[in-house]
Amino acid sequence: MTTAISVSGLVKTFGPTRALDGLDLTVRSGEVHGFLGPNGSGKSTTIRVLLGLLRADAGEVRLLGGDPWTDATELHRRLAYVPGAVSLWPNLSGGEVIDLLGRLRGGLNPKRRTELLERFDLDPTKKGRAYSKGNRQKVALVAALASDVELLILDEPTSGLDPLMEAVFKDCVREEHERGRTVLLSSHILAEVESLCERVSIIRLGRTVETGTLTELRHLTRTSISAELAGVPDRLGEHPGVHDLHVEGHRVRFDVETAELDPVLRELTRVGVRGLVSQPPTLEELFLRHYEEASR
Amino acid sequence: MTTTTALPTPARVGSGGWRTGFTGTTALLRLALRRDRVLATCWILVFVAMAAGSAAASQGVYPTQQARVRAASAINDTPAMVALYGRVFDPTSLGAVSLIKLGAFGAALVALVAIFSVVRHTRGEEEAGRLELVGAAVVGRYSALTAALLLAIGTSIVLALLTALSLVGAGLPADGALAFGLSWAGAGVAFAAIGALAAQVTESARTANGIGAAVLAVAYLLRATGDVTGVDDSTWPSWLSPIGWAQQVRPFAGDRWWVLVNLLVFAALVAAAAYALVARRDHGAGLVAARPGRAAAQPRLRSPLALAARLHRGALVGWLVGMALGGLLFGSIASQVGALADTPEAREMIRRLGGERGLTDAFLATELGILGVVVAAYGISAALRMRGEETAGRLEPVLATGVGRLRWAASHVIVALGGAALLLVTVGLGAGFAHGAATENFGEIGRVLAAALVQLPAVWVLTGITVLLVGAAPRLAVLSWAALVLFLLLGQLGSLMRLPGWMIDLSPFGHTPKLPGAELELTPLVSLTLIAAILLTVGLSAFRRRDIG
Ligand SMILES: Nc1ncnc2c1ncn2[C@@H]1O[C@H](COP(=O)(O)OP(=O)(O)OP(=O)(O)O)[C@@H](O)[C@H]1O
Ligand SMILES: [Mg+2]
Repeated sequence: MTTAISVSGLVKTFGPTRALDGLDLTVRSGEVHGFLGPNGSGKSTTIRVLLGLLRADAGEVRLLGGDPWTDATELHRRLAYVPGAVSLWPNLSGGEVIDLLGRLRGGLNPKRRTELLERFDLDPTKKGRAYSKGNRQKVALVAALASDVELLILDEPTSGLDPLMEAVFKDCVREEHERGRTVLLSSHILAEVESLCERVSIIRLGRTVETGTLTELRHLTRTSISAELAGVPDRLGEHPGVHDLHVEGHRVRFDVETAELDPVLRELTRVGVRGLVSQPPTLEELFLRHYEEASR
Repeated sequence: MTTTTALPTPARVGSGGWRTGFTGTTALLRLALRRDRVLATCWILVFVAMAAGSAAASQGVYPTQQARVRAASAINDTPAMVALYGRVFDPTSLGAVSLIKLGAFGAALVALVAIFSVVRHTRGEEEAGRLELVGAAVVGRYSALTAALLLAIGTSIVLALLTALSLVGAGLPADGALAFGLSWAGAGVAFAAIGALAAQVTESARTANGIGAAVLAVAYLLRATGDVTGVDDSTWPSWLSPIGWAQQVRPFAGDRWWVLVNLLVFAALVAAAAYALVARRDHGAGLVAARPGRAAAQPRLRSPLALAARLHRGALVGWLVGMALGGLLFGSIASQVGALADTPEAREMIRRLGGERGLTDAFLATELGILGVVVAAYGISAALRMRGEETAGRLEPVLATGVGRLRWAASHVIVALGGAALLLVTVGLGAGFAHGAATENFGEIGRVLAAALVQLPAVWVLTGITVLLVGAAPRLAVLSWAALVLFLLLGQLGSLMRLPGWMIDLSPFGHTPKLPGAELELTPLVSLTLIAAILLTVGLSAFRRRDIG
């Protein structure tokens, strides 16, 4: 399997701000890759470097086998980009913008354009400033999805979309995936990432802190357990996989890393279990843990 | 403090909400002051320094009454000068003579700043969506407009007082100095109101600025017409113009304070119209509702150049109409200027300039020179559009397609350079045609057209400076306006203020041959074109290498 995007040790500074501080990112061809991180962690900056809009200060960046800075125009014909905040020309209609961007990229599929306009329920005759935020976003989405490209780079593409349109967007991304396209999806909506992406990268303060398939990441999650025991669980605290342990007599409450579940449960049954409630692991909790550390 | 405890007032207030409509004005005014403190201080200081500098320099240049009378009649008997600056109403007065070049002209510059300031804080904020952000807080419907007007009025008054003080410091009488300062402030307040009204009419700040500037141009042309067609006094067209009123205050030449009332009443009426419109329109909307556009793009909209042409089209058409009118007007009065001068001194000067034809040529050369500066303003605003596209976030999606940076930038540069050329052709044809019609000699068209076209290299230098800034120092791109103002002032005041020759030579307009009439020298034209080409090349290659956004 080839890689569509490979970034290693990427550094980008804006004056005193170190927006990217040795970031790594690998997106394989044909996958939908989730790109997550708290506000200001450097997602949009990474994407701008990938698009050749910003010049990297250090690090290795390859995009579709080329250099995003020197080969920008050739590479751009093979990808489509949707920014998080779409700003349209006040006196051009949405339909004109879709056609223009498509043609500048080297053509777009008219059948798909019609179909997408219908599915996103978008009126192409409105002028730029008459569109609502969500509808501006749809203009950029239709322009990107209607062109035949290998790679879609989407920076928070669904911000402002209503739940119905969000569902249409998910269907579209799945279809793109089935057609063999690669998608880099930056998003704050965990449900969207969980339902679309095979692999994700989580970044914080300009560095990659976690990357892998969703299954691998689930492995990093923790199960919450509260139990009523027959005796005093004196050895539970020594266990490396146990966090936030509270013991009140025979009652215990704690979080346990999913990978360590088996030995910890053995320990409980050794003491003797009278009652047990467990909370299944969620990715949300994993993300929040990373996000919270960032805000500290 | 009754309003702050209430729930956030919605931006739309019913007819009963006149008082609550002003809630939050102070907060907005403070915000605007904070944002503008550096900018406002700078331009106030520039104006004060200009006035004080001219006044102080003149004392040395015109020490005796005789010298002043001679200088005054040199202006009053030269229609080109009268059209440009107005009349010296009292040739014996040091103040009137020394500040003649800053009276109407300075008032127009103050007015321009006032228009831009009001539009920036009203329609500009609304268009950027920032007003909505504060509009959702406790802010009334009229607050932004009121805050913007108060800011403009306040800075105008500060400007008036500081200017008056500096003139007194330069040795001029206090009452005349105050009248002069207030005539500037009056123009500022009147055009702040014009800006406020223009901001209500359209949805875009750019168009609102354009409307305001067009009204100012018409006011200036009316004044010029009234002043040139009168023999000793100005005729009625001057009295239709707020700039004419500012001038008719006649500082240091009678100090007619009552004319200031005209300016205030005018400002109050225009501002009232703006308030009436605010109450009637929706947030974000103009008077004219946007019409739906095409569902699909026309086949020709397929290149960066086509996009640039489309984006610049509206503004360019407006400029073409304005320049055609300006050219026609100057062309039609050019041949009459000789007939208007009937004093012996003027006759003598006409003889020295080479007869009436020489006088007409000198008039045309001066006016076309000024229109050249105006066309340079178009070149700058068109080239700055690149930076506008970038900061609005509209450049990124275009560069993310197969369009290279150079191709994108070149399209805007082509429109800016080509548009400027088109404007000069229009000016030349307009002036040439009107002049030809007045003299019944259409052979003149070619000469006048050539005289307009020689301005082009200097205009392109200004475009080049703008592109250089956009490419190499994007955050400082608006300084290209400062360059234009600097060159304009160097040309107008440089010799009066006895600046060293090399400084005056900095202005590209100073090197343009004074056609028609003067010799057509090719060397300066070629050098200016080369300088423009170098500036453009350096700017574009810097643009290729820098970060976008
Ligand atoms: N042009 C710029 N000049 C200065 N600082 C910048 C610039 N662009 C980004 N930054 C800084 O770089 C950091 C990363 O910003 P970036 O926009 O990449 O974050 P993000 O992950 O996309 O955040 P969000 O989730 O809010 O979109 C931030 O601290 C931001 O302030
Ligand atoms: Mg972002």
